[in-house]
Amino acid sequence: MIVAEQLTKYYGDRAAVTGIDFTIRDGEVVGLLGLNGAGKTTILKILSGLLLPTSGRVTVAGLSMAEQPEQARARIGFLPEQPPLYPEMTVNGYLQFVAHIKSFTGDIDAAITEATAAADLSHVRDHVIATLSNGFQRRVGIAQAIIHKPALILLDEPTSGLDPVQVVQMRDLIRGLRGKNTIMLSSHNLHEIKEVCDRILVIKDGQIAAEGTEAELGKRVTTATKLSVEVRAAAGAFREAMAKAKNVAHFEINTEKDGVTTATVELAKDCREELAKTLVDAGFGLRRFERIELELESIFLELTRKEVQS
Amino acid sequence: MNNVWWIIRREFGSYLRSPIGYIIIFAVLVVDGLLFNAFAMGTGAQKSSQVLENFFFFTSGTTLFAAIFIGMRLIAEERQTGTLALLATSPVREWQLILGKFLAALVFLCVMTALTIYMPLLVMINGKVSMAHILAGYLGIFLLGAAAVALVLLCSAIAPNQLVAAVLGAAVVTTFLLMWLLSRIASPPLEDLLAYLSIHDKHFRPFMRGIISVKDVVFYVSLIWVSLLVATRFLESRRWR
Repeated sequence: MIVAEQLTKYYGDRAAVTGIDFTIRDGEVVGLLGLNGAGKTTILKILSGLLLPTSGRVTVAGLSMAEQPEQARARIGFLPEQPPLYPEMTVNGYLQFVAHIKSFTGDIDAAITEATAAADLSHVRDHVIATLSNGFQRRVGIAQAIIHKPALILLDEPTSGLDPVQVVQMRDLIRGLRGKNTIMLSSHNLHEIKEVCDRILVIKDGQIAAEGTEAELGKRVTTATKLSVEVRAAAGAFREAMAKAKNVAHFEINTEKDGVTTATVELAKDCREELAKTLVDAGFGLRRFERIELELESIFLELTRKEVQS
Repeated sequence: MNNVWWIIRREFGSYLRSPIGYIIIFAVLVVDGLLFNAFAMGTGAQKSSQVLENFFFFTSGTTLFAAIFIGMRLIAEERQTGTLALLATSPVREWQLILGKFLAALVFLCVMTALTIYMPLLVMINGKVSMAHILAGYLGIFLLGAAAVALVLLCSAIAPNQLVAAVLGAAVVTTFLLMWLLSRIASPPLEDLLAYLSIHDKHFRPFMRGIISVKDVVFYVSLIWVSLLVATRFLESRRWR
């Protein structure tokens, strides 16, 4: 389990991270979501031991990063945005070096075989890193982060700079690590976070703006119920019915074609049954009556907007 | 010490796997050979011990020059390529990193210097010099080179990139080299201090003549120790910034 308590980091007078608290349970995949400059990389650098916090405490598998730094760092695998590779080395030689400096005490050859298989690098083990493509070099970066079987894997923008095919491959690779590993990854790519993470920490101005699953975050940003409605009725009649209905905060006619009207209706409180009855009683043929779930993109925009407003 | 060994292994391997190591060795051997032929041997009759002394004088120059190129990349390159993050997030202590880097550079320097041995051997075969003179001279080259590498390694730990490390390293080594000149214009007690800090004139010349003095050895070892210590402290402080 990884625990961060009251993490604060100042670069000179500028606060990059202020008073952050969170816990990552074993086997969890947590995403750090935030705009560029929000403080995601600083958090990962502190968790990896690359930087010491100005105040606060990080514990990795019960080991304090400040009091037992070497032991704590041995339990962490870190892939920075720029993979830390020695281009003149072969993949095999590089992973062997990493396993040794990470104080890995198990069977190194077996660990290299396992890591290269997980990162789909088995066929390029003897290749010189400089000769590999950008996508493969990033895979080597992943392999170095998992070679010593760490308690926590930290991935900073793992798909940054990759082409669309490589992005999909990298996401598959990260998905493959799920369950066996505890992972924290940072990204400003909403799709990526949504695809691979169990839980999301939304970072804004060095603080946690929100925390939870996509559904939990969705609930947090809106108390109103948004519905997509399709009825067999004229737009005018629908408008009249909505004007009379209770608890309709806002509605918008989207289309009207062949006597069918589609609209988006926002309720002040969740009284869907009442509204459905109103529409049926008005003699409208109810063709669709569906709650609109907020997509992560909308949630993120809403969360960041809320913070700006506050 | 396992970490130090793996850092030495990787670092030394990088000299052999990339052209930079071969270029440095090639340049040093060519320049040293030319200087030996053109100047150390001289045009007129000379004592063989004088030829050997001249050889060590010129070799000290090429060694100092090579030390800048060997040392500039040690930490600055890791920072530039991002691999410093790998080492800094591993259970490697800063002193292990600095020591490993220094020793790897020193091994490379030794290999490079060892390849110049044919010149003193030629003097020994064709003239009359003792093996002790040769060994003393090489010990001086080794200590001078090690001190220069340590100073440039410190600059490499401070500099943001290799170019700045090279310029800074060259400036620091040149300053230590020219301390004897500064001592001439300074007044006591600064004069003695500057003269003592002269990396070449005060402490290397005895080795050239085949004299090993403990105080000279202590000077070089102290300079190396202080440089490595400051470099270690500087790397440690980066975690706070």
